Amino acid sequence: MSLLDYFKRDNKGDSARTAKERLQIIVAHERSHRSGPSYLPQLEQDLLAVISKYVSIEPDQVQIQIDHNDGELAVLEVNVTLSDR
Amino acid sequence: MSKIIVVTSGKGGVGKTTTSASIATGLAKSGHKTVVIDFDIGLRNLDLVMGCERRVVYDFVNVVNGEANLNQALIKDKRCDNLYILPASQTRDKDALTIEGVQSVLDQLKTQFEFILCDSPAGIEHGAMMALYFADEAIVTTNPEVSSVRDSDRILGMLQSRSLRAEQGLEPVKEHLLLCRYVPSRVDAGDMLSLEDVTEILAIPLIGLIPECGSVLKASNGGTPVILDETSPAGQAYADTVARLLGEERPLRFVSEERKGWLKKLFGG
Repeated sequence: MSLLDYFKRDNKGDSARTAKERLQIIVAHERSHRSGPSYLPQLEQDLLAVISKYVSIEPDQVQIQIDHNDGELAVLEVNVTLSDR
Repeated sequence: MSKIIVVTSGKGGVGKTTTSASIATGLAKSGHKTVVIDFDIGLRNLDLVMGCERRVVYDFVNVVNGEANLNQALIKDKRCDNLYILPASQTRDKDALTIEGVQSVLDQLKTQFEFILCDSPAGIEHGAMMALYFADEAIVTTNPEVSSVRDSDRILGMLQSRSLRAEQGLEPVKEHLLLCRYVPSRVDAGDMLSLEDVTEILAIPLIGLIPECGSVLKASNGGTPVILDETSPAGQAYADTVARLLGEERPLRFVSEERKGWLKKLFGG
């Protein structure tokens, strides 16, 4: 590191922070699918196809997960975000 | 009791074979009888990294198929007394391995060896599944880079659901993170994921940190596991990793950039 670099230190790149944030999101997403039943990804695809027949929607606007409550019952949670227009 | 350890990663080119060669050599040097198996059927490379490529006569698939017995296929390392290599087949494909076949070879190896290291192929297909299926412990080799971290997480999922231990509801495979090709100066500059970032995302205990180091390429050029280059940072970091694997506590080295004097800081170099 030279004298010039010493003064430039504040201009630290933050691509590593971007990498970490992107990884945290994608890894959490993939883990939630992994822990669910094997039909979950297909179910998500099918739901997306049905909703797309009526409104224009991007794949990341549909979120689907299964929550297990106290082992006796499981709740299928489908979260669809629609755009304003 | 022998221990089966898989060296895996998901992504290719992150340092599995380098790691397998060095850790196997380190364990053998510490006095433990060790065998390292190349599971990369069709893309054999462990023999090259360990410098025994011209001594391969029979291979893993020959043993699985009963075309050779285990002792004919095992190659004794010339540098370490306690070390043996079971090379992969170069002419078959990965489907040549079956669970039953792998199990019978591992069962025979268990009678002779304390440590059985399985050098996994990249990917999550059949070959990689065969390598991790019987594992007691896993060394998940990861680079501080987005695709490697994501793939490591995927492999962790496989270890937790598709291994024999998972299928039989036994104690889970013991997972270790090995972070390779680490460059502290780039971490400081903010353009490489830090050790803390990676351990936070993957959430498994760290067994070692291997710095990016020119000696790794030099060692593979010559067919000598880099752990034998005792003066190199990577060699020393692998030696620490082996010690930790054997239960010893060692402080982490090579996490931060080597300190330079103020004169060097001022004038560069």
